[in-house]
Amino acid sequence: MKVVSGQWSVVSKKRVCRRQKVEGRKLLVLALYCLLPTAYCLLFSSCKREERGYRVEAPAASRINSVRLTELQPGESQPYTPVKNEYEENAYAMNEGKRLFTWFNCVGCHSHGGGGIGPALMDDKWIYGSQPEQIFATIVEGRPNGMPSFRGKIPDYQVWQLAAYVRSMSAQVKSDAAPGRDDDMNVGKPEQNRSKEEPKSGSIPKSAEMP
Amino acid sequence: MKKVSSEQLAVSSERKAVKRLCCLLLTAHCLLLTSGCRGEQSVLNPAGPQAGHVSRLWWLMFYVEAGVFLLVCIAVLLAIFRRRRERKKSGDEPDTSPDPQREQRMTRVIMGAVGMTLVILFVFLIASFTTGRGLYSPSDSQALSIKITGHQWWWDVEYDAVPASNIVHTANEIHIPVGQLVKFRLTADDVIHSFWVPNLSGKKDLIPGHEIILEFQANSPGEFRGQCAEFCGYQHAHMGLTIIAEPPDKFYEWMNGQRTPAAQPANESEQRGQQVFLNSPCIMCHTIRGTDAGGRLAPELTHLASRKTIAASTLPNTRGHLGGWIINSQEIKPGNHMPPVPLSSEELQALLDYLGSLK
Repeated sequence: MKVVSGQWSVVSKKRVCRRQKVEGRKLLVLALYCLLPTAYCLLFSSCKREERGYRVEAPAASRINSVRLTELQPGESQPYTPVKNEYEENAYAMNEGKRLFTWFNCVGCHSHGGGGIGPALMDDKWIYGSQPEQIFATIVEGRPNGMPSFRGKIPDYQVWQLAAYVRSMSAQVKSDAAPGRDDDMNVGKPEQNRSKEEPKSGSIPKSAEMP
Repeated sequence: MKKVSSEQLAVSSERKAVKRLCCLLLTAHCLLLTSGCRGEQSVLNPAGPQAGHVSRLWWLMFYVEAGVFLLVCIAVLLAIFRRRRERKKSGDEPDTSPDPQREQRMTRVIMGAVGMTLVILFVFLIASFTTGRGLYSPSDSQALSIKITGHQWWWDVEYDAVPASNIVHTANEIHIPVGQLVKFRLTADDVIHSFWVPNLSGKKDLIPGHEIILEFQANSPGEFRGQCAEFCGYQHAHMGLTIIAEPPDKFYEWMNGQRTPAAQPANESEQRGQQVFLNSPCIMCHTIRGTDAGGRLAPELTHLASRKTIAASTLPNTRGHLGGWIINSQEIKPGNHMPPVPLSSEELQALLDYLGSLK
């Protein structure tokens, strides 16, 4: 009896093992079924990042009509709908913005984000708003006390690229698409590795106040 | 009489068709190969002493290596046919017993081949050393000096001069006097490029932050094409340049013409064109001396109409091509740094009138 039961127990152990194996295989298949779509999603999510839109229409400039410099409004205040700048998900466009930031001499006043003659762009203070369309308007219209108007001098899509780059300076954009390196020597952290600043609408700086 | 089935006929005609196709492909291939022999961008058509050194080295290597190739082919064929003859004599079983006489002969042949290879390599070493010495001769301080800066994807050309007001600035088209050594100071603005005018000299890299000297001379007048020879990005293949070698008197006449500021607009349309230029994105990057436009990010346009090509030797400089380039250069060279400029047709025509007047 003892021997038999021992044999039986060996057999049952084998059976249990086999059952466990089958269940393990099922689990594996299930996991694969779950993982594959996730992998696909991950793959496609990177498409927008890599896309090089040489011939792509930029977000329309007309959409900046919603820009307001003050929150005061007559009557009931209307809800504010920000404009989405698609370039903020695109590494190529933001790098173009970074190149143009030097080319068009933004660095002359704002330095590489730290500010100088002009206000710093990598901090949390935004005098004329931190939203993409507000930055677009600031570049195109110019602002009192020094910021020149680039209307007509920079094509709209390049202004949107610049706006995306300006927002990447204080990490307002996705870090996987933000510029990761500089072409020349830089002592600071690249835009990709900066910690996000919470935008505050800053007051007009002392230097820009009316005398 | 042999009966030929229709199937066999079909097979033979198919074979004929394949043969014909092969012949056609081979001819097309040969034609493609010879298309490089046009001469305006060819190492085999040297126009100066430096390029002469390079082409002599090339021909030496070509003849020696062709000889070696021929010898190797003969040896291989001999081996194949001798083996077949032997197999016929001795049946299917190959004779593997060592033959001392044959072994000795083989050793001699191999030793001879190794010795010859060594001699050939040594000859090549000396030849390439003398070519190098010929190319980089000690510099002549009196030589005409030109600074070339590589950009993605065009060439900035600056003729050094004292005083500085005599400096000539142009792009993608280099004029040089015949019979004079010209010194090129090469550098780059963004990534590594390589300056290569096969008819006049070997390649030389342009490295950001460094200045590298290259000297050469053209002995006969002519127009030669150069090309960036180091992969530098999306439009690397369309980064060409033109070198025009002319007699010294003609060259200095050209240079004096280039020193003058841009022509003033002569009529209403040209005046309007100048206004369009100054009030559109053009002014952000381009220079036209004598106006407010002073950008250094893109080719100088002061004497644009005197150049033969636009877009780094990609298109002939005609009104139509220039118009297409301004309206949407991204369709012609995708990824280049010139943005499409949205202009109305009236503005574009005026702008083209103005640019056409910049002789």
